Amino acid sequence: MSKYLVNLKINNIPVSVEEGTSILEAAKKLNFSIPTLCNHPDLTVAGNCRVCVVEVKGAKLLAAACATPVSEGMDVSTNSQKVRTSRKHIIELLLAEHNSDCTKCFKNGHCELQDLSSEYRVGDHVFLDLVKPKDKIQDISSPSIVKDDSKCIRCQRCVRTCTELQSVSALAVINKGDQQKISTFLSKSLHDVVCTNCGQCINRCPTGALTEHNYIEEVWNALYNPNKFVVVQTAPAVRVALAEDLGFEPGMRVTGKLVSVLKKIGFNKVLDTNFTADLTIIEEGTELLKRLKKALVDKDENVALPMMTSCSPGWIKFQEHLFPSLLNNLSTCKSPQQMFGALAKTYYADKINVKAQDMVVVSIMPCTAKKFEAGRPEMRDSGYQDVDYVLTTRELAMMVKQAGIDFHKLEDEQYDSILGESTGAAVIFGATGGVMEAALRTVYEIVTGREVPFTNLNIIPVRGMEGVKEATIKIKNVKPEWSFLEGVNLNVAVAHGLVNAKLLMEKVKSGEANYHFIEIMGCPGGCLGGGGQPIPTSPEIRKKRAEAIYAEDASMTLRKSHENPEVTEIYKEFLGEANSHKAHDLLHTHYKVRKRY
Amino acid sequence: MEKKVKKVDIIFETALDTSPLDVLDKTLQRSADDIILELIDSGLKGRGGAGFPTGLKWKFTKNEDSDTKYVICNADEGEPGTFKDREILDRVPEKVFTGMTICGYVIGAREGYIYLRGEYNFLLKTLNAKLDIFNKALKDRNIDFQIFVKSGSGAYVCGEESALFESMQGFRGEPRNKPPYPTVAGYNFKPTVINNVETLVYVAMICRIGAEKFKALGTTDSRGSKVFSVSGDTPIPGIYELELGMPLSRFVDEFGDGDAKAVQVGGASGHCVPRKLFADTIIGFEGIPTGGSMMLFNSSRSMYNVLKDYLEFFTEESCGQCTPCRVGCQQLLKGIEAVKRGERPPAYLDEMKKLTGTMRIAAKCGLGQSVGNPFNTIIDNFREEIIY
Repeated sequence: MSKYLVNLKINNIPVSVEEGTSILEAAKKLNFSIPTLCNHPDLTVAGNCRVCVVEVKGAKLLAAACATPVSEGMDVSTNSQKVRTSRKHIIELLLAEHNSDCTKCFKNGHCELQDLSSEYRVGDHVFLDLVKPKDKIQDISSPSIVKDDSKCIRCQRCVRTCTELQSVSALAVINKGDQQKISTFLSKSLHDVVCTNCGQCINRCPTGALTEHNYIEEVWNALYNPNKFVVVQTAPAVRVALAEDLGFEPGMRVTGKLVSVLKKIGFNKVLDTNFTADLTIIEEGTELLKRLKKALVDKDENVALPMMTSCSPGWIKFQEHLFPSLLNNLSTCKSPQQMFGALAKTYYADKINVKAQDMVVVSIMPCTAKKFEAGRPEMRDSGYQDVDYVLTTRELAMMVKQAGIDFHKLEDEQYDSILGESTGAAVIFGATGGVMEAALRTVYEIVTGREVPFTNLNIIPVRGMEGVKEATIKIKNVKPEWSFLEGVNLNVAVAHGLVNAKLLMEKVKSGEANYHFIEIMGCPGGCLGGGGQPIPTSPEIRKKRAEAIYAEDASMTLRKSHENPEVTEIYKEFLGEANSHKAHDLLHTHYKVRKRY
Repeated sequence: MEKKVKKVDIIFETALDTSPLDVLDKTLQRSADDIILELIDSGLKGRGGAGFPTGLKWKFTKNEDSDTKYVICNADEGEPGTFKDREILDRVPEKVFTGMTICGYVIGAREGYIYLRGEYNFLLKTLNAKLDIFNKALKDRNIDFQIFVKSGSGAYVCGEESALFESMQGFRGEPRNKPPYPTVAGYNFKPTVINNVETLVYVAMICRIGAEKFKALGTTDSRGSKVFSVSGDTPIPGIYELELGMPLSRFVDEFGDGDAKAVQVGGASGHCVPRKLFADTIIGFEGIPTGGSMMLFNSSRSMYNVLKDYLEFFTEESCGQCTPCRVGCQQLLKGIEAVKRGERPPAYLDEMKKLTGTMRIAAKCGLGQSVGNPFNTIIDNFREEIIY
């Protein structure tokens, strides 16, 4: 049913929009931009910053444009004297509570409040400074996220993100009036609460109140240290987003330039997390087949199915806190980042004659939870911390600028070998549904000897931005050794964003769901929408990044993980077979039960 | 012209021949539209302070198409200087229940709630006991309506109707964006009538005595009478039901101690009227409306302290979600302190008056919107007390 059209005037220009449209959206249609701070395309409307107030003729009060639906005959001014006076007051009030040490702020130049105060030229600070000294003490307890209350403007985007998108609610509003602030359970430090380190709050924080725990200086120091051999790995989703922080439009693929810039920055070897993504498929696919065999052939009732992916460290910590009874369902495979780290400091270090203790492994990730993951005590199977430093896509962009490299003019370069080769199956790890698609491409072929029955290998049912996706694949005409799978309908599900993960887990827990394999990515859209990706984010931006991911996959010659020649080689030379003892030592892990509170 | 204020006895009157249940039985024989018409005709406006016509509120809610609707009695009486609802609930709760039940009948609601201020929990035991009897009487009469009590936790802002709904639903007591209004989406986002305790009693009484008798009291804009909470520098503090529309001078003659220099009409969020304006100030919707709080101040009082107290109250009681209120209140408080200490020039008070202009039109709810009332009226009339 189509909605009624509502006719109104904005700044004396008539416009017709659908019933229920906000004044903000209607104004956008006429190319009038109204400033906002608490509003975000991924979140419900709050209407609490009041920066977007507009004047509606005949009304005593100004209306918050984001929160006020249009009505017939409305006569709106977005820039009247009343509006400007109030808006400027509001910005000045926000600045009075805001620790305006902009030049020293990590978000300097990327701050919505800074942009707004510059736009309105609120240089002459009218109001009294209200920043509380104790709020200036940053919470640096988390290896992923830094919280600085003195920068917070109480827009509550982070709170809504943590609740609405992630159903974690690590961040909440406490107290009221002048004491109101964004805090955690019992005001504990971020490291000691249910926070999954996903960083989605950072992506939506308009100021410097929430930022990543950055390790830029540590990485420069390693690079400057002549005694260190610094290798870098790059996650799939970085190559389709980095450009946004360097002046390009969303959706630009810069894989070759990424390699080139990392070499120019001075990394000794530029390698690819995509290689270990392919390796993950072999390990995880084998693990899935083993679990299915145990369940179907050995009738082992203790085998944990559905099996769930384990690439997303935010998701892992979520599961550890909220669904500890389902930890056995998680694949024991480490994430590609950690497989890379463990192999780099063993197999690869040996190969290139570098001592493990002299090697520094840096990862460039779309993710803040990876910073936490790298520091987990389980992740030291090389005998050292397998991955030393994790930088977000944003931090890398800063390093590129600091190094004075003109990214636009770089020539494409190739990843170093070995640990640099990858397939299209690996690059789609960056999008929701990608691990599932990659796994199916390989598992189906292992079992049947034939390619997965989808045109051009594109398993469309697991692609796209729907919160929970389901698919069933009938396995037919299997190879003799897989006869127990003949005629089996393989039920799979994919969820992204922890609110969707929670929905799915509740179904699994209650026994309502009947899946064999589930892919979960902690962030909306998967890694391409990760907490370490360029800001801003929105459904449109994530859609463009996803298109770039699938274009990258389609452009590659090798598109199935088991066809990666370096993967074949590492099994032959080093690991033996998939899920071997050695593979278990280096590439698999275990999980721990964490408390909810 | 009468010299004395006219005292009225409607709210607390306990007639021997007509019990609230008798009023209910009689009223429920009338059609819902008939009751609404009488309420509109009576000119009854909300007694919580905002003064929305009660009949219209009921009519809007009745016209909403929904299986579930609610009647809420707002007993969050948090406005400093107001204590009349407590007395009404203590002395004549059955009249409140009756008003709610009539409302339920008119709009088509099956549940009513009394949102009782946290500090009034001492009333809970007797109130619930009386409710049990009343609810049973409703069941015996096959009236499909039951009343429950929900306790608040002491936040002033929860008297704001949408914050009250949020609180009832178990969330932080923060006002919602409007529209939608309660008549469309109130408690549990269902059509809801929310009325002040006193308003509901007047409904019951209008149903008993008729709109004509009610209309005979008051003025065109302010029909009827109202319960006032009188406090401060008065020899006779307490609760009085008075006819609306009197000049403040007459009120002060009756209640003042002979030395009144100002009256704060309508509580902390109301207006401060100085002596020179007593004669020209009408207590009613045409002049200064009030939820009932009348605080008298004599010449021994520092109006700086009075204003500072109010601003401290608002700074603490703002829910904190919207910028104009959360930060605005702090600025006003710290601002007058800075002027007092000489850290800001007296002209800074005018900057702050401009800020209250923004708060009045840009804050999300009535709390932030009305802080300018006491601020501006005290600054304008007692500027020298603020500065020196």
